[in-house]
Amino acid sequence: MKILVCITHVPDTTSKISFLDQDTVFDKTGVQFIIGPYDDYALARAVELKEQLGGSITALNVGLAETEPTIRKALAIGADEAIRINAEPKDAFFVAHQIFQVVKGGDYDLILMGRESIDFNGGQVHGMVGELLGIPSVSPVMHLDIAGNVAKLSREIEGGKELLEVALPIVAGCQEPIAEWKIPNMRGIMSARSKPLNVLDPFEDEQKTVVENFVMPAAKSGIKMIDADNVGELVDLLKNEAKVF
Amino acid sequence: MKVLVFIESDEGKIKKSSLEAVSYAAEIAQGTVAMVFGVLESSELNKIGAAGAKKVLHVTDSDFEPSNIMAVSTAIAQVFEAEDIELMVMAKSSLADPVSARVSIKMDASLVSNVTELPDMANGFTVNRSIYTGKAFAKTKLTSDKKILTIRKNTVPIGENGSDPEIVVFQPNSKGSDAAVKVLSQEKTSGDILLPEADIVVSGGRGLKGPENWGMIEDLAAALAAATGCSKPVSDMDWRPHHEHVGQTGVKVSPTLYIAVGISGAIQHLAGVNSSKFIVVINKDPEAPFFKAADYGIVGDAFEVLPQLTKAIQVAKG
Ligand SMILES: Cc1cc2nc3c(=O)[nH]c(=O)nc-3n(C[C@H](O)[C@H](O)[C@H](O)COP(=O)(O)OP(=O)(O)OC[C@H]3O[C@@H](n4cnc5c(N)ncnc54)[C@H](O)[C@@H]3O)c2cc1C
Repeated sequence: MKILVCITHVPDTTSKISFLDQDTVFDKTGVQFIIGPYDDYALARAVELKEQLGGSITALNVGLAETEPTIRKALAIGADEAIRINAEPKDAFFVAHQIFQVVKGGDYDLILMGRESIDFNGGQVHGMVGELLGIPSVSPVMHLDIAGNVAKLSREIEGGKELLEVALPIVAGCQEPIAEWKIPNMRGIMSARSKPLNVLDPFEDEQKTVVENFVMPAAKSGIKMIDADNVGELVDLLKNEAKVF
Repeated sequence: MKVLVFIESDEGKIKKSSLEAVSYAAEIAQGTVAMVFGVLESSELNKIGAAGAKKVLHVTDSDFEPSNIMAVSTAIAQVFEAEDIELMVMAKSSLADPVSARVSIKMDASLVSNVTELPDMANGFTVNRSIYTGKAFAKTKLTSDKKILTIRKNTVPIGENGSDPEIVVFQPNSKGSDAAVKVLSQEKTSGDILLPEADIVVSGGRGLKGPENWGMIEDLAAALAAATGCSKPVSDMDWRPHHEHVGQTGVKVSPTLYIAVGISGAIQHLAGVNSSKFIVVINKDPEAPFFKAADYGIVGDAFEVLPQLTKAIQVAKG
């Protein structure tokens, strides 16, 4: 089983978000970066599948040199080698094209990634990579098992899930409960230092969207506290102010 | 501009979020075309006209299952060509994400997800979209000739005054390779209000102590015609099914009203609900961080407050 896991390098979920230069640049000051939580699920499942079936795991990131600590963490968790495509990830289309260029000759059976990144939340890259390669893509995937050359999956749908079978190779956008997040152990961290991390030049490609500027949400106007013995007041507010009934 | 709307249905009913997408499209251009898959009564198809579409392309061929990512994408691309579509609008959903991505490559289109406003077409085509899981927005320009948007719930009101649409059965050509994906079955509770579709959501956290206490949440939800949600630990412990898990790593909701009961308000939970118009927090701890993000708050024991609140709402609604 040859598995590729695409990982994003994103602000920790507890980060405060702010922008610089007239709201055109994300302010990285003091921000802790992590493997995207959904990508982390994909990686954890890849490690389990490798334990069951043998094979190899390659971690891939499209990013500048600053993402290498995040990539090393993926190696510590269980990827065998890594590829960094040395480019700013401009938009989903750009990233999908970079991944496609690396993957197309690579004979991967499984291309896993998170259902979406937690910075831009697009949820687009898995579908784009699948379409570029001309192979099926499934997302958001909650379970993934391999039987011979067939993937047995469940996909979350609104109100439940759907069971599918797809012949390999496939692209899957993953989410919980596909596996539990794995914390790297000491041996993993030590061995990650010597595992290969290959840096590739980006493949020339256009982008199809451009961010003009960022906007912060309007602040809440403040809370109205209601006495627990007076729920009638809340009902009035819901009726007359929120107008929900 | 020629606009196409991709419509989803659930248990024989057109999703409200899809009708919202139709009304969004109708604000942009006249003559909106809608596309829908599967068996549906004509009264349901007429709702698409009422929301603003002029024509409905109905795919009834059972080879094109409504939830099959590959087949649906193939069929949409054919409509793009046949109808000279320049813009496609769809409601954000678990199906819209992968389908919009595949179609964007087939059509060489710009794609933006989580759109929260009508486009600004004064100078090109720019939309506002939610990023960082609701913590910020990005004004984003689509630079290709063809464009695709997935919109977030509560972006525009659903129109009701359009006339009955022209309904045409559309027969796509199947693509052999799409058959590699076999949808075996769906496991789904029937009759529930779907969480991402709901105008009101009642959500419970670890403060409810156990799954046996969810009756209180369900009673309040029933009184309000709301969907039920939960925090991540609650679904991790299997007190509630995974598709009810709200937050950074779960469903992101933007209802008119979100009621959080016994949820502390961790930043990862808030990320999934901070686009709600009104937030009510019921928590016994006055220091719970959720109160900072709320419009209305009650400090109290859920086991006492909830039954009273449910009763008061039942009385107020008559
Ligand atoms: C990467 C990452 C992603 C995450 N993603 C998500 C996510 O998507 N969604 C999510 O929800 N969490 C997520 N979490 C977890 C999150 O950090 C919190 O741990 C979680 O939201 C807490 O759930 P809770 O509020 O139900 O439980 P707790 O934090 O235990 O809070 C329980 C609350 O109930 C109150 N309470 C107790 N008894 C009563 C009573 N009788 N009446 C009224 N109130 C009572 C308490 O005062 C307390 O505030 C994520 C964490 C990480 C690290």
